[in-house]
Amino acid sequence: MELLIKGGRVIDPANGVDQIADVYIENGVIKAVGNSTGEAASKQVQVIDATGKLVIPGLIDIHCHLREPGGEAKETIAAGTRAAARGGFTAVCAMPNTNPVCDSQTGVEFLKARAQATGSVRVYPIGAITKGSSGQELAEMADMAACGAVAFSDDGKPVPRSDIMRLAMSYAQMVGKVIISHCEDPELAKDGVMHEGYWSTVLGLRGIPAAAEEIMVAREILLAESVGAPVHIAHVSTAGSVELIRQARQRGVDVTGEVCPHHLALTDRAVEGFDTSTKVNPPLRADKDREALKQGLKEGVLTILATDHAPHTAEEKAREYNYAPFGISGLETAWPLYWKELIETGCLTVNELVAMLTVNPARRLGLAGGTLTVGSPADVTVIDTERKETVTLEGWQSKGRNTPFVGWTLQSWPVTTIVGGRVVMIDRQLVQG
Amino acid sequence: MSWRHKDLLGLRGLEKKDIELILDTAAPMKDIIGRDIKKVPTMRGKSVVCLFYEASTRTRTSFELAGKYMSADTVNIAASSSSVVKGESLIDTGKTIDAMGTDIIIIRHGASGAPHLLAKHVKARIVNAGDGAHEHPTQALLDMFTIRERKGTLQGLTVTILGDIFHSRVARSNIWGLRTMGADVRVCGPSTLLPPDIAELGVKAYTRIDEALEGADVVNVLRLQLERQQKGLFPTIREYARTFGLNQERLKRCKPDVLVLHPGPMNRGVEIADDVADADFAAIEEQVTNGVAVRMAILYLMGGTSSGIAH
Repeated sequence: MELLIKGGRVIDPANGVDQIADVYIENGVIKAVGNSTGEAASKQVQVIDATGKLVIPGLIDIHCHLREPGGEAKETIAAGTRAAARGGFTAVCAMPNTNPVCDSQTGVEFLKARAQATGSVRVYPIGAITKGSSGQELAEMADMAACGAVAFSDDGKPVPRSDIMRLAMSYAQMVGKVIISHCEDPELAKDGVMHEGYWSTVLGLRGIPAAAEEIMVAREILLAESVGAPVHIAHVSTAGSVELIRQARQRGVDVTGEVCPHHLALTDRAVEGFDTSTKVNPPLRADKDREALKQGLKEGVLTILATDHAPHTAEEKAREYNYAPFGISGLETAWPLYWKELIETGCLTVNELVAMLTVNPARRLGLAGGTLTVGSPADVTVIDTERKETVTLEGWQSKGRNTPFVGWTLQSWPVTTIVGGRVVMIDRQLVQG
Repeated sequence: MSWRHKDLLGLRGLEKKDIELILDTAAPMKDIIGRDIKKVPTMRGKSVVCLFYEASTRTRTSFELAGKYMSADTVNIAASSSSVVKGESLIDTGKTIDAMGTDIIIIRHGASGAPHLLAKHVKARIVNAGDGAHEHPTQALLDMFTIRERKGTLQGLTVTILGDIFHSRVARSNIWGLRTMGADVRVCGPSTLLPPDIAELGVKAYTRIDEALEGADVVNVLRLQLERQQKGLFPTIREYARTFGLNQERLKRCKPDVLVLHPGPMNRGVEIADDVADADFAAIEEQVTNGVAVRMAILYLMGGTSSGIAH
């Protein structure tokens, strides 16, 4: 099985490549990047014309929720990975807050088996830090790491106890994995449903102060520093968190942070009409936070972009704002939103954007993909940067239709997604199979 | 002029002429309440459902009587004794009430934005009778009606809202309405009960009651929910009463003709001294009467005909 992606602008940050070139794929691996060889052209090859388009390593989402097992009404691995493919992602890291929590070898094996059987893209399991993500006792991280967990997180909730988090960082480091921390002081954030500030005051909704996140970011930095272990901060949302990470990195702490598209595209003002699709944790923050996130990305303080894809059912979201669950279904709109907020604004170069969605997350978690290096798995995404689309739920793949972006006209969309040499989306159409 | 909106969800965003329309309409309504036969046929054949998800005596009775005085068919639904306890969603409850041909739904709900959610899903007009800490527009309208009745105008008055601003929908609706009507608004309470960025709503925020009362034309004292103390928002009821309770001595800082309001129910001796609550310059009972008048005006504007009302 051979594939030739012809004539696109190939951007491969890991190898310093940014040129018009062809990408030749054979037996599921990258065989050549360069000018189309006569050899390739003469064979029976499926040719994808990428003229005028970007050809980049397949996008990797370091943070998503596939909800299976236990939450199949919200999302399944099948639907979630189709959504990923439609969003240009060739690999996703699945958070363990399923039911049961993925806190053991069994959970990791289940996820792998289901992904193998039903997934459209690669699925990397993230194991829980503590048993049942209850924050009390460490989960079997060595076992989980041995069978394929790529990182550990109790995402969805913080690890409230500092002693447990310190032990977890040490133990995860021993097994060669990174802790991904959901930073939220549970008492400060209690009952909160949106960012605390002007809009929470106007709307009479309970606020989640920025300090609820920042206190835990500071704690994780201090713990990582004292243990000498790496830590990755999930969904960084406040200016204060950016500043804490900036200072820590300057003094050599191994801390990284990720940013989600909705925190770049929206602020707490979006909550004004009580639309529950804007309810997300961490909440949509103030203008100054949004600007600080962009500045943090621009300066390289924050190096990874993620979706925090968090699908929910329509009926769960069709509630009073207080009672609706947190989360935005984000895989299918991530790239064009990043484009709008980071490229159209001149915040990042296209190369930087690609790196933050490919090689950076891959290196952070030690994943295989993220480059177009010859001999590596052929995970490739083709982006049509001229394509304009208005977001609708027609053709939407995720079971979670909870997106605040319906009706937004966005430019720059993934058109073709290739996973291990297999075409899973072509010309915006998912390939059945 | 007539009501230009489908619903009444809050005072934020309403124009001066909208508020004036309601206040002007409430004046003749008040006359009806004073009559021996309190019944006009204005809303005959109209149905009004009071859908209350929170306990309420005053507001619910006020709406119910407002409807009845105008011959509307009024029905009360308390969520605690309805299909809500069987797990029915607000949208489904609303659609059910809608399908029975209801013209106006009055909703009281503990969650901010619940009336807005309902309004998106039903044909009936929605009146917000208090949602979470968001808005309580009819309370603010009756407060403004009372002030206007006593002072002749709202323009240029200094109104101090005193107490738990953080959790108060009454405070928010008063702020929007009074600002729109040209009053200067001050809010005062312990720092732990002032919401973030409150000054950005166009008010001056105070934590010293004497400064907040200096030269005030009106003091609107909010009810203190005593359970807030257990959540640690202030140390003791005793200290609150000493520091933020309104008494005769403190009132001396206000204008001599100060007007004192309280939306009720009162904690006498806590947020308001006994002899203040019962003084001539307090209009607390008058507020209750005016509440019926204002609610009659709103129901009328949303669905009545003009028969029986003197203009």
